[in-house]
Amino acid sequence: MSYFRLFATFLRVGVLNELQYRANFFVQLWDSFLQVLGGLVGLSIIFAQTGNLNGWSRPELMIVMGVHVLVGGVIKLAIQPNMERIIQDVEQGTLDYALTKPEDSQLIVSVRETRIWMMTDVLVGAGVIIWAVVELREVIGWLDALAFASALFLGALMIYSVWLMLTSIAFWAVRVFNILEIFQGVYQTGRWPVGIYPEAMRIGLTFLVPIAFAVTTPAEALTGRLNPTSLLAAAGMAAGLLVAARIVWTVALRRYSGASA
Amino acid sequence: MTRYAGVYWAQFKAQLISNMQYRVALLLWLLTMAVEPVIYLVVWQIVATQQGGSVAGYTAGDFAAYYIVWTLVRQMNIALTPYEFEERILRGTLSPMLLRPMHLYHLDLAGFFSFKAVTLFLWIPIGVGLTLAFRPDLHPTGWQAAAFAVAIVTGFIMRFTLVWALGLATFWIVKVSALFEVYFGLELFLSGRLVPIVLLPLWMQQASRWFPFQWSFGFPIELLLGKLTVEQTLIGFGAQAVWFVIGALLIAILWREGLKRYGAVGA
Repeated sequence: MSYFRLFATFLRVGVLNELQYRANFFVQLWDSFLQVLGGLVGLSIIFAQTGNLNGWSRPELMIVMGVHVLVGGVIKLAIQPNMERIIQDVEQGTLDYALTKPEDSQLIVSVRETRIWMMTDVLVGAGVIIWAVVELREVIGWLDALAFASALFLGALMIYSVWLMLTSIAFWAVRVFNILEIFQGVYQTGRWPVGIYPEAMRIGLTFLVPIAFAVTTPAEALTGRLNPTSLLAAAGMAAGLLVAARIVWTVALRRYSGASA
Repeated sequence: MTRYAGVYWAQFKAQLISNMQYRVALLLWLLTMAVEPVIYLVVWQIVATQQGGSVAGYTAGDFAAYYIVWTLVRQMNIALTPYEFEERILRGTLSPMLLRPMHLYHLDLAGFFSFKAVTLFLWIPIGVGLTLAFRPDLHPTGWQAAAFAVAIVTGFIMRFTLVWALGLATFWIVKVSALFEVYFGLELFLSGRLVPIVLLPLWMQQASRWFPFQWSFGFPIELLLGKLTVEQTLIGFGAQAVWFVIGALLIAILWREGLKRYGAVGA
């Protein structure tokens, strides 16, 4: 229970901090809006030429786009700020401040930062999903909604684990400012259902950088394409990645000597 | 003229070593930049196959060729980010640069030539890999290949000049990111970067003629793909020249006016 209280405390401080810069909310909202606008223009260019993409209709692809933006928002809101801070702390030796606190170090470095205004991506993404679901005129049952929520949650856990492992490379290589940009580049593939990519890419996007589970799977849940085994596979994958991230973090910490050591 | 050549060569050599320092990071960065066109490529190949082989005159092999050449042209297009002027002007690092006996534009451009040399070299394995993976349909004639080689260099110089001029807006505007985002946003759609220009809705195609974007991006790609007549190629080079002159004029005016303001802030 103390985990949630810790997160709540950090969140409160973060929010109080960011509420000072209320204008940033509107800047971020404009950014999210532009991103979705660009995506919609792209979709309409494609759908001027064809009626579906690999069996996915236009509203269904909008759902994929919405999930992509939403999950992207969660990453920018809760995951990316913490990872950037870890890299910075390792470079400058200020990670000590996190390590000397009386709580698990991985927990602290994972929840202490939030960029609350990035929630605009989450809101806009959710808006796009809702709009697309209405356009589809499909009835989303209880089970589908639950599958969607679980898929999102598991996907977020997997993304977090992969980011933590990527960030931990900073303990060895130190100058890894590019690493997070690399993820951004690869994340763009999630804009489309992962099934369209050639085999090799699909495998990489499922097992290496689990974008398939983070974006395509939730979208499949909402468009009636999901089978229960995929969800179970997602759960297994999430558990495996969390364990792997924990191990990598613990091993990486041993390499850290700090500012004064 | 020889003075310029000498400075360019000296700057080239100096920056070359600096640019070669983080080779691995650079290579990784180039690899991630290759992800974007692969996504477009895959999507459009599917559309082409679904529509019976081709879309607007582009077959699956054509799309592969388009987006692979795209990676090369994208490299060549990279210019000095206009955000660089934010640091130079607001932090005052511009001041020592003004003491050099040559216009900063030349020093920046010369430095970028060496950056191009490095990225071109690192692009080769990426280009080969993509070709093997996606089997493009590419058969340029001799003059098309030669014209392409020239077009990407002249296109780069044109874009570099225009974006450098854009950066000078920082002398006057504080929230320049708003202006830059609009510029690059328009460029993404109207240059041939997102999709070949012929696939854009008609109104967007017409709009793109008013902007310089396609002349450094879509134009060289279409040239190498053999989609342009000699007349269209010459028009393309002409357009590059016109926009280059516009950029140069903008720099001449904005630089002089901007420096007056810069001095006034007590730097």
